[in-house]
Amino acid sequence: MAREAAFYEFLLRMGDNTLILGHRVSEWCGHAPVLEEDIALANTALDLIGQTQMWLGLAAEVQGAGKTADDLAFLRDAWDFRNLLLVEMPNGDFGQTLMRQFLFDAWHVLQLRALTASSDDRVAAIAAKAVKEATYHLDRSAETVIGLGDGTEESHARMQAALDYLYPYVGEMFLSDAVDAALVEAGIAPDPAALRAEFDATLARVLSEATLTLPAANRARGGGRNGKMHTEHLGHLLTTMQWMQRAYPGATW
Amino acid sequence: MYAQMVKSTGTGVKSREEMSPEEAAFQARIDAGEKIEPKDWMPEGYRKTLIRQIGQHAHSEIVGQLPEGNWITRAPTLERKAILLAKVQDEAGHGLYLYCAAETLGVSRDEMTEMLLDGRMKYSSIFNYPTLTWADMGAVGWLVDGAAIMNQVPLQRTSFGPYSRAMIRVCKEESFHQRQGFDIMMKMAKGNAQQKAMAQDALNRFWYPALMMFGPSDKDSVHSAQSMAWRIKMNTNDELRQKFVDQTVPQAEFLGLSVPDENLKWNEEKGGYDFSEPDWEEFFEVIKGNGPCNTDRLAARNKAWDDGAWVREGLMAHAEKKRARKMAAE
Repeated sequence: MAREAAFYEFLLRMGDNTLILGHRVSEWCGHAPVLEEDIALANTALDLIGQTQMWLGLAAEVQGAGKTADDLAFLRDAWDFRNLLLVEMPNGDFGQTLMRQFLFDAWHVLQLRALTASSDDRVAAIAAKAVKEATYHLDRSAETVIGLGDGTEESHARMQAALDYLYPYVGEMFLSDAVDAALVEAGIAPDPAALRAEFDATLARVLSEATLTLPAANRARGGGRNGKMHTEHLGHLLTTMQWMQRAYPGATW
Repeated sequence: MYAQMVKSTGTGVKSREEMSPEEAAFQARIDAGEKIEPKDWMPEGYRKTLIRQIGQHAHSEIVGQLPEGNWITRAPTLERKAILLAKVQDEAGHGLYLYCAAETLGVSRDEMTEMLLDGRMKYSSIFNYPTLTWADMGAVGWLVDGAAIMNQVPLQRTSFGPYSRAMIRVCKEESFHQRQGFDIMMKMAKGNAQQKAMAQDALNRFWYPALMMFGPSDKDSVHSAQSMAWRIKMNTNDELRQKFVDQTVPQAEFLGLSVPDENLKWNEEKGGYDFSEPDWEEFFEVIKGNGPCNTDRLAARNKAWDDGAWVREGLMAHAEKKRARKMAAE
């Protein structure tokens, strides 16, 4: 695969993850279980949207078609999105939202840490900024997963159900394809499979403290990061998120 | 500000002769501009009125997340989405400082939350109006935060220390909120015909509810007189409303939008605008619970609280287990 095309795909994968997850988290605004969580969720969403501006901004630049990060966020249809399926999964209850966040953060930190050594300076610079935020997100989501897993009988059951529901989407983070091969070759990004061992170690540590049981590993559910088969949930998210830009084309806000 | 019609206890301001020695000493401290701190002696009425006022203000910040949260998922650009998220996050933070200030008076945040949820405590009438278009995000920032600032700036000098310090922090952030609102309005007012129509419609719907935020005329109110003597309330409702109108009308003109009041006219003699009163009957209905969104707003807060019960209980149970394990290990 040509280097530029692979690079563009990679930037979409990074930016779409943070865009879609940031959107999902922002759906909580004003509805969290306690005030401190409202603040923390808004803060997480804000960080993720900030990272999106950087990744998609660079994607638009690399694409070279005169587009902006906003064009990419608001004017692509579902099949053009390259986010992991995990991040488009619905919020569910607070436990499901925090479990999704934990599974993502545990991967995101490793990915960003590796990207700080990217051969592309722009990628390394974005990663250096984002990894600080992601590390903080992981501390918080891991702590919450532990607290609720090892809380009451009800909170434990809800966290186990959330893990069982979301775990099949974890495998996609570590699938490699031609895009990844080209990026590894150019020294831009790590091989996804290379992050698995450390990810599993984080999971084992946190889940054990949370008294939760890792479900049996079924076949990884993929199709998000290559855009081949998203879930039905993405279209509804885009309908909301893109509505203004679709309803009032060309207006500036 | 977000406190309206806060009832003070008692029947009016006591004269010096009617005051007990403690009350007289307390009033003297206030008159000298001293700050009252939580451990200081204070009349029971002062404490109760402050709990009502600060609590109402805190609840308004919390319920106030909902009309703006309504548009976060539909914000038209990434930058607008980020700004709106930051603003709503600030509001939750303001709620937190204010609850902390009220807690110093001997009421817990959970108790105040219960009173909001079952309707015993109020929040500002303004948040019972719906946000129907993106322009409403502009109008809320420009008009609602603008009106709030009018009240909060003088409250930085209020007599109760924790409240005054909370207001100082809140005011710093509120002026950013108002600017972002005005900026949204400006983009729309200078945008295409549809955007301009949306901006005008938002002004039409929010003008009178914003004027109501200051509460009805309080020149004859015994509650206001007592609160002013205690420096819990710094200006009359009418003074603040006038100030708000005088500040906002030129801004609307700058935007090329018309204020929906045919009686609006500059009065050279008083050096301010003459303007129409809002519909006070509507205001009292909204306060009673019959506004456009009262039911939905309270239902949303109740649902968040009820759905979150297992989370709060789970985290508390975990903290307890951790403590027990630590003690067993020692």
